[in-house]
Amino acid sequence: MVQFSLPKNSKVVEGKYFKDKTNGKTLKKVKIYRWSPESNENPRLDTYEVNMDECGPMVLDVLIKIKNEIDSTVTFRRSCREGVCGSCAMNIDGTNTLACTKSAKDIVGEIKIYPLPHMQVVKDLVPDLNKLYKQYQSIEPWLQVEAKNDKVDKHEIYQSKKDREKLDGLYECILCACCSTSCPSYWWNGEKYLGPAVLLQAYRWIIDSRDEEREKRLKKVADELKLFRCHTIMNCTNSCPKGLNPAKAIGSIKKMLTQYSKNL
Amino acid sequence: MSSYPIIEHEYDVIVVGAGGSGLRAAVGLAEAGLKTACISKVFPTRSHTAAAQGGISAALGNMSEDDWRWHMYDTVKGADWLGDQDAIEYLCKEAPRAVIELEKYGVPFSRTEEGKIYQRPFGGMTANYGNGIAQRTCAAADRTGHAILHTLYGQALKRNTEFFIEYFALDLIMKNGKCYGVTAWNLQDGTIHRFRSHITILATGGYGRAYFSATSAHTCTGDGNAMVLRAGLPLQDMEFVQFHPTGIYGAGCLITEGSRGEGGFLVNSEGERFMERYAPHAKDLASRDVVSRSMTIEINQGRGVGKQKDHIYLHLNHLDPKVLHERLPGISESAKIFAGVDVTKEPIPVVPTVHYNMGGIPTNYYGEVISKSENNKDVIVPGLMAVGEAACVSVHGANRLGSNSLIDLVVFGRAAAMRAAELVKPNSKHEKISENDTQKSLSRFDKLRNANGSTSTAKLRDQMQRTMQSKCAVFRDEKILKQGLADIKKPWQGIEDIVVKDKSLIFNTDLVETLEFDNLIRQAMVTMASAENRKESRGAHSREDFKERDDEKWMKHTLAWQDGEKVKIDYRNVHNFTLSNEVQYFPPKARVY
Repeated sequence: MVQFSLPKNSKVVEGKYFKDKTNGKTLKKVKIYRWSPESNENPRLDTYEVNMDECGPMVLDVLIKIKNEIDSTVTFRRSCREGVCGSCAMNIDGTNTLACTKSAKDIVGEIKIYPLPHMQVVKDLVPDLNKLYKQYQSIEPWLQVEAKNDKVDKHEIYQSKKDREKLDGLYECILCACCSTSCPSYWWNGEKYLGPAVLLQAYRWIIDSRDEEREKRLKKVADELKLFRCHTIMNCTNSCPKGLNPAKAIGSIKKMLTQYSKNL
Repeated sequence: MSSYPIIEHEYDVIVVGAGGSGLRAAVGLAEAGLKTACISKVFPTRSHTAAAQGGISAALGNMSEDDWRWHMYDTVKGADWLGDQDAIEYLCKEAPRAVIELEKYGVPFSRTEEGKIYQRPFGGMTANYGNGIAQRTCAAADRTGHAILHTLYGQALKRNTEFFIEYFALDLIMKNGKCYGVTAWNLQDGTIHRFRSHITILATGGYGRAYFSATSAHTCTGDGNAMVLRAGLPLQDMEFVQFHPTGIYGAGCLITEGSRGEGGFLVNSEGERFMERYAPHAKDLASRDVVSRSMTIEINQGRGVGKQKDHIYLHLNHLDPKVLHERLPGISESAKIFAGVDVTKEPIPVVPTVHYNMGGIPTNYYGEVISKSENNKDVIVPGLMAVGEAACVSVHGANRLGSNSLIDLVVFGRAAAMRAAELVKPNSKHEKISENDTQKSLSRFDKLRNANGSTSTAKLRDQMQRTMQSKCAVFRDEKILKQGLADIKKPWQGIEDIVVKDKSLIFNTDLVETLEFDNLIRQAMVTMASAENRKESRGAHSREDFKERDDEKWMKHTLAWQDGEKVKIDYRNVHNFTLSNEVQYFPPKARVY
């Protein structure tokens, strides 16, 4: 019988334990995935006791406190700390979300933090998102209008309030990749399936009343792999930290394809 | 010292930074056919431009009559006459074209009933030279910066811009006063790079993180400003640090001025709309320095709200929930997450919070970096340009008006690209630069990487941030600033005993933060020294011992050089002329709102 096992160095082992040294009364155990490409060691889960009485409310505050006061080698991305830049996306307590807007108090028991799942890990909590960025570029995320408009005319392209409203729930995406990396279809077919984040953006341009290349855009994503690997699992919508609905956008593209199918 | 293999690159122009100004410059350079690289320590859409909320100013006149001259007057007055009026004319005249361009790039602006770009009132933006309120600030709900940044990134992709993402720029390559490019460290694979270029455009943003509480992102560490200081060049007007009136109490996250533009107002513990006392005409829409000072006075006089009476309430709960939902959805969300407040029902606790640096790298309105020669003349630093918050053109003078930052990014990003296209012939040959010319940069890198002292970077950074917050805040005086000058040297000296625990090269954020601290502390020292030096009150620089503006002695830009813990100060003239005959110079007068 065939035996399946993970490669030897992919097993996550128990790591170091950092006891609280501040005599804190409200301690929280925080387990963090650690892996460095520059050592030959297996990934490990380090445990930190954090004094929550002297810590900000969000998981990012906890991570920064650990980095500042306990272990400066813990590695993660962060920037705006207010949920607009998308840097600190990670898997917290089993869900992909932004560390900066996820309340630590809301997590019962210990906090487990892993990098976004099924991506190559650069180091610790830093995933490699380059593939996703390339896919984003492939949907041509820029307004496409006749060349005459390239040189700047005197006034804007008019857009009704109603048409502008169609972009709400789409343009707010911060490309944090929480949705795509929570999608089983993207896990298995990430090379070809565009995934919810990129499809949400594809739809953002398809539905923009100012864009003149709707059919071309639809044609481009109308592909068994690029689009139709979405099986409406809905993990994307569940995980979006901005409350957007990529699954609905994908559904809308599918629906539009049936309307446009004669022309495509 | 460890030896680092160096990977060499040659470009016509390199842009350091991929926020609004860096991306707009990169787009222009690509259009001009120049071989361009854009280097950024974060993926472009993670840049701090994403956090700009309220909007981008331009006299489009979509809501009511408007004129770029009125915009210019407001900007001059907002700047408390320290802005260079030739540059301000350029900014305001170019603004409408720049916004239309952004719209054609695809920015999802909010719309009027007619389908035009929606514009809202903003602080200090008036009609007809101060006689009435102008609706000049073009908005995409309250996510204008996000919308612009993502759109500009798309435009850069469209033009196949070569990005070097998660590369941390270390130093300028300087030889005989000319800039030949930058050294950089690739975080993703740990390699060291030399980017050679005929022109280097610094678009590295502000240094808000020199302070303890700032609306700025963690990455706002003014890396380009510090590179300039290390190259022996001056920074300009560094004493002018803008406190935004409405940072969320505690968290420091921004609540847009647009919230007051849409009708919100500030209230003290007595339930009074106190801005009516300080600015009878503009009230809550006076310029930011005025509002922040008024709030601080209210708190200092015991009329703050909350347990410690140390903040102020911003009321939006009287506004139509539909307006909040349509035009202020982002801050409604922020208030919920970071203050636990439902804006339709309760006020938001807010406090003046460090937000923007008017000071920076001195440039002309083409973006070329300026220094001063020994015979007291402005000289252009060949090969070096700066744009965006990193630059001090100076269009914002002593105080920037809200929504003038986003327009600054795109107008001067474009201007710099056009100037570079005039100066550089595509694919021209590069002069030879020896390894010695970059040795100093690599030894600094190596020294910090192998630092084995006993003080953590976080501790020194905290010391610096607390010193800046307490000694160089909204109100300043001689005694506090003198203490500040002494205190700010301590974290600088502390570098001698710093420790970097992570010795690796790939994504070593321990080292990144240490390099960023090395950048911040230099700017902090220069800021403190410039503030101590300027003995008047102007714009955001408010001295309790010199309460008045003193045009006779102080109508001049501060230049500051850093050499170790010493800061050398000199001055430049403020441009008291305009670019064209389409507008007259606005002479200084009393600044009342």
